[in-house]
Amino acid sequence: MDIYLPIAEMSVNALLIILMGGAVGFLSGMFGVGGGFLTTPLLIFYGIPPAVAVASSATQITGSSVSGALAYWERGQVDLRMGGVLVAGGLVGAGVGQIVFSVLQDLGQIDVVISLIYVLFLSVIGGLMLRDALAALKAARAGQAPPARRSRHLPWVAALPWKMRFPGSGLYISPLAPLLLGAAVGILTVIMGIGGGFIMVPAMVYILGMRAQAVVGTSLFQIIFVTAATTMLHATASKSVDIVLALLLLLGGVTGAQLGVRAAQKLSPDRLRLGLAIVVLAVAGVLLIGLTLTPAEPFALFEGA
Amino acid sequence: MARIALALGLWLALVGAAPIRLITQLSQARIEINTTFRGSEMLVFGAIQYPQGTVPDAPPDIAVVVRGPSAPVTVRQKARIAGIWVNATGVRFESVPGFYAVAATRPITQIADERTTAIYEIGIRNLQLSPASGADDGISRTFETGLIAARQKAGLFTERSDGVQITRGVLYAARIALPAAVPVGDYTAEIHLVRKGRVLASTSAPFVIDKSGFERWVYVMAQENSLAYGLAAVMAALAAGALAALVTRRRW
Repeated sequence: MDIYLPIAEMSVNALLIILMGGAVGFLSGMFGVGGGFLTTPLLIFYGIPPAVAVASSATQITGSSVSGALAYWERGQVDLRMGGVLVAGGLVGAGVGQIVFSVLQDLGQIDVVISLIYVLFLSVIGGLMLRDALAALKAARAGQAPPARRSRHLPWVAALPWKMRFPGSGLYISPLAPLLLGAAVGILTVIMGIGGGFIMVPAMVYILGMRAQAVVGTSLFQIIFVTAATTMLHATASKSVDIVLALLLLLGGVTGAQLGVRAAQKLSPDRLRLGLAIVVLAVAGVLLIGLTLTPAEPFALFEGA
Repeated sequence: MARIALALGLWLALVGAAPIRLITQLSQARIEINTTFRGSEMLVFGAIQYPQGTVPDAPPDIAVVVRGPSAPVTVRQKARIAGIWVNATGVRFESVPGFYAVAATRPITQIADERTTAIYEIGIRNLQLSPASGADDGISRTFETGLIAARQKAGLFTERSDGVQITRGVLYAARIALPAAVPVGDYTAEIHLVRKGRVLASTSAPFVIDKSGFERWVYVMAQENSLAYGLAAVMAALAAGALAALVTRRRW
C-alpha cells in the first residue's frame, strides 16, 4: 500500500514503514531504549530526506516514550526534580542543536555529519555495552556474582558547586552536572533525531551515580519533553516534520514494543544487553561502510537557496 | 494576362507562406497529488493544420517538451577526506527545472541541428541550467553531467525518441510519464513542429501539479501555521503513546 508523504514529498510503502516502526519498537520494548538511533538511519536508507527523517523520528519518540514513562510513573520511579533539571538542560541544548543543524544544512554537510556522529556514538556505546555484557556472561558462567557496579558519581561531578538534594535519585550533587548532561543530549536529539536514552541512561549511572531504579523512568520523562521541543523547533525552523510518517512509525512502534516486552521476559538481562550491543555495533558498521565505500553517485544535489 | 499571372503568383506565394499550425490539448489541466499518488501520466495530443489541408507524403517531426518549475540547485561532488566521503566543492545552477521530459518522433539529433535544438531547449543536453558565474567552464560541465545523471536516475529528466506517435500525418499524441517524485508547481507542455531541420510551428499549454485534499492541508499547515502544526504533531504523538499505554494496562 503506497502512501504519499506530504512533507517528505515522496511516495512510500506504508506497510514497510509500519513494519520498520514495528521492528524498531520490538527492539525498544526488548531492550528498553527509544530506538531513535535505529529509526533515523533506517529512514535515510529508505530514501527519506535526512532532515525529514531526523525531525519525524523525534516526533515518533515522543509518542513511544509516553507509554513507558507512564508505567514508571505509576511505580514512582520518576525523579521529577532530576527530570526537571535534565529537561531544562535539554531545552537549552535543543536550541543550540537547532543552530548547529541549520549551519550544517547551509554547508550541505548535514547527511555526512549525521552519519559520522552516529558511527562515533554507536561504536563507543556499543563497545562499552558489549564489554560489560561479555564480562557479566563470563562471570555468570564461572558461577560468580556479577561484578559490583560503581554507584558513586565521578570525582569532578562531586567537585561542582551549589549542591542540592535529589531524593528520588539518592543523590546530593550540583545541578550543573545533570544540566550539562541534559544540554549535551539535547544537542544530539536535534541533530540525530534520537531520544538519547542510550546515552542518557549510561551517563546517569556512570557519571551521575543515580540510583538504578529511577534511571530509566527519569530518562523517559526527560525524553518526552526534549523530543517534543525538538519537534516544535524542526516544525517552525526547517518545516521538516512529516506528521504522516511519524504516525505510521508510531503505529508499528507501539505494537512492536508490546511484543518486544514479552520477548524480553524470556531472556536473561545480560543476553539482552549482548544482543543490543550487537545491534548497535551492526548499525555503526553499516553506516561506516556507507561513509567509506566509494559512492555509486559521485554527486549530491541540494535544492533551493 | 500579366495581371492574371501576377495574381496567381501572389496567391501561390500566400498559400506557400500560410503557416502550418498546431492544435494542442492536454488530458488534464490539473494533476492532483493525494494520499495514494504514485505518479501519473499526461497525454499531450492534437492535430497539425496544414495550409489548404494538403497532407504531405512525409509527415513532419514533432517534439513535445514538458517542463516543471525551475529552482536553484547546488551540486556537490563527493570527495574522500581522511577515508570519509564528504560533500566537497559545489557548483550552483540558477535555474534547474524540477521536471523535464522530451518526447519526439525521432532522436533529437536527427530532427534538427544543435543550434536549433539549443535555441528551443529541446533535449536534456540543451537545457540552459545557468551555472553560477565564476565557475570554470569545464568544471561546470562535469557538474552539469552529474546533475543530469542524478535527475535522470530519479525519473525527473527523460528523453524518448519514440515518444510521439503521428497518425495519418495529422494527429499527434505523446504520453509523458510523471513519477511520484514530481515537484508541485506550474508546468508547461511545449509542442514544436520541425521540418527539414527548421521549427515551423510552436505552441504551448500550461498545467498545474498540486497537492490536494489531506496532503495539501497538511503541507499548507506545516508551511503557514508551523507552530500549530508542531503542536498538533506533538499532541498526536502523545495521544498515540497514551492510548498504547491504556491498551497495555487493560491487557495485563
